[in-house]
Amino acid sequence: MSVSLDMAPREAYGRALVEMGREDRDIVVLDADLSRSTMTHFFAREFPERFFDCGIAEQNMVGIAAGLAASGKIPFASTFAVFAPGRCFDQVRMSVAQPKLNVKLVTTHGGITVGEDGISHQSIEDLALICSLPGFTVIVPADAIETVQAIRVAAATRGPFYIRLGRPKTPLVYTEGYCFNPGKAVVMRPGKDVTVIAIGIMVAEALAAAKVMNEEGIDCRVLNMPTLKPIDEATILKAATETGGIVIAEEHLEHGGLGSAVARVVGKHHPVPLAFVAIQDTYAQSGKPAELLKRYGLTAEDIQQAVRAVIKRKQQ
Amino acid sequence: MSLPEITGHQSAASVGSKTGAFSLPTSATLSIAELKATAKKIRRHIITMIGKAGSGHPGGSLSAVEIVTALYFRVLRHRVADPCWPARDRFILSKGHAAPLLYAVLAECGYIPLADLSSLRQLDSRLQGHTDCLLVPGIEMSAGALGQGLSFGIGVSLAGRLNSLDYRVYVLLGDGECDEGQVWEAAMATAHFKLDNLTVIVDNNGIQLDGWNRDIMNLEPFARKWDSFGWHVIEVDGHDFAQLIDAFGRARQVKGQPTVVIAHTVKGKGVSFMENNVDYHGKAPSAAEMEKALKELA
Repeated sequence: MSVSLDMAPREAYGRALVEMGREDRDIVVLDADLSRSTMTHFFAREFPERFFDCGIAEQNMVGIAAGLAASGKIPFASTFAVFAPGRCFDQVRMSVAQPKLNVKLVTTHGGITVGEDGISHQSIEDLALICSLPGFTVIVPADAIETVQAIRVAAATRGPFYIRLGRPKTPLVYTEGYCFNPGKAVVMRPGKDVTVIAIGIMVAEALAAAKVMNEEGIDCRVLNMPTLKPIDEATILKAATETGGIVIAEEHLEHGGLGSAVARVVGKHHPVPLAFVAIQDTYAQSGKPAELLKRYGLTAEDIQQAVRAVIKRKQQ
Repeated sequence: MSLPEITGHQSAASVGSKTGAFSLPTSATLSIAELKATAKKIRRHIITMIGKAGSGHPGGSLSAVEIVTALYFRVLRHRVADPCWPARDRFILSKGHAAPLLYAVLAECGYIPLADLSSLRQLDSRLQGHTDCLLVPGIEMSAGALGQGLSFGIGVSLAGRLNSLDYRVYVLLGDGECDEGQVWEAAMATAHFKLDNLTVIVDNNGIQLDGWNRDIMNLEPFARKWDSFGWHVIEVDGHDFAQLIDAFGRARQVKGQPTVVIAHTVKGKGVSFMENNVDYHGKAPSAAEMEKALKELA
């Protein structure tokens, strides 16, 4: 399918669902009264008999998805990232994770870039929650192209998946023909002095930061880590060994997301200086996405600062 | 009284003879007298299992014995030799703490060897404290955290509709479980989706862990709640096989809406000192109590 430059990942998701629905009659879609925002409404329009709007009842939606999966269907259940797993954590835990059911939770409006709606709608804890569940594959695509690929992999792979998308349009970091490899990091840019490992919208920021660093004479490797769980330990350790310092950038709380996962890996096997570009232990506020990213330290400039700090610690 | 169509247990005998677990007459269905005898056997299993394990939930297992026995030995279309048969009727135990009851019934059917029952709650046993669908053939859903079974049942029911399979879905809820908001989200959705292939049975024993429902969290007017959520409501004596079987037959005739069978039961039914006794919601009998209980169930 053609993903255009100005397509938000969630729109790419909605359109990909329709294509997949045409190919596989077992694909069913559930939503909790947000289909116009999660973009599952495209699927609802074409396959009304395979679309189930559960109303504003996320717990019930997850349970229904589990029952459908147990009966051989491939359910994609969508709502905002703040409501799943947040509003239905025990349902995801007992009805999906424990029986290892083939449920695909695809959430949109993740992170603080949901913007003006404020902290009730800004999902900054979802990755910590979902990563705590054994057996879940957790993916945060960097752009619309990777989103479509990840959705297709999720449909084709048995087991529970969580895929987190954002609200805004995001710049493409990939071109058509990119092949998403689940569980594998992608070297976006080679480098030997330091590594930035980024996820989601922070991949584009990391690439911008690396370019500036390069001008300062710092050879900065950039990894995209679309699969947060299971984490690509080998590529992280290779980066730790070869570059000696890592900056992690994510639109999530500093604890429980990519930073925690990377710290666990290097701490166990090859400790190196780390810096975390993430939301500190706080809630944000209403504002424009760009204003919020700046205020809460999630820009290319923040990554550059972190890179300089890591380089300094390396030299000590 | 219209009885439901009976098609279950065709292959029970062969499986049972292979595993040595089969303990039923080979007839496809049981008479009321045979059901009563089976219920007594299952009560004995429940007491023995929980007594040996030293923990578990006897009260809410004993209260639902007739409900689950009637389903498996009279109502459900299922194949012991093929637990994943796509056209099987589904029984979903939402009140997962009644796991010993379901294990005992599955063992009496021949899904698992009767000898396994003594391993309840022990390390490496497949008979976990609450049901795990990955471990035991015939268990549709992992349960234990309350309130989730009806939602799961809706999914199973919708899949049947999408696949043009005419199986029926039976979900057993506890009355105390109906404190959970998810039950009512699901109740609303079942009626909204017009799932007439789904039947809920509420084991209405009146007691939850902390005491009588009316004191802890009043559910009344219970039948009217279900009615106002769009359900066809049938109330029966949950220990009367004829009434239960009749209710399931009538539920089958209801079109365009789901049916709830509110089964009025006695918590701890069959063991005098456990009946209506809050203490035995989640307490195992001592050795002496076990002996006394088994004597009463002889």
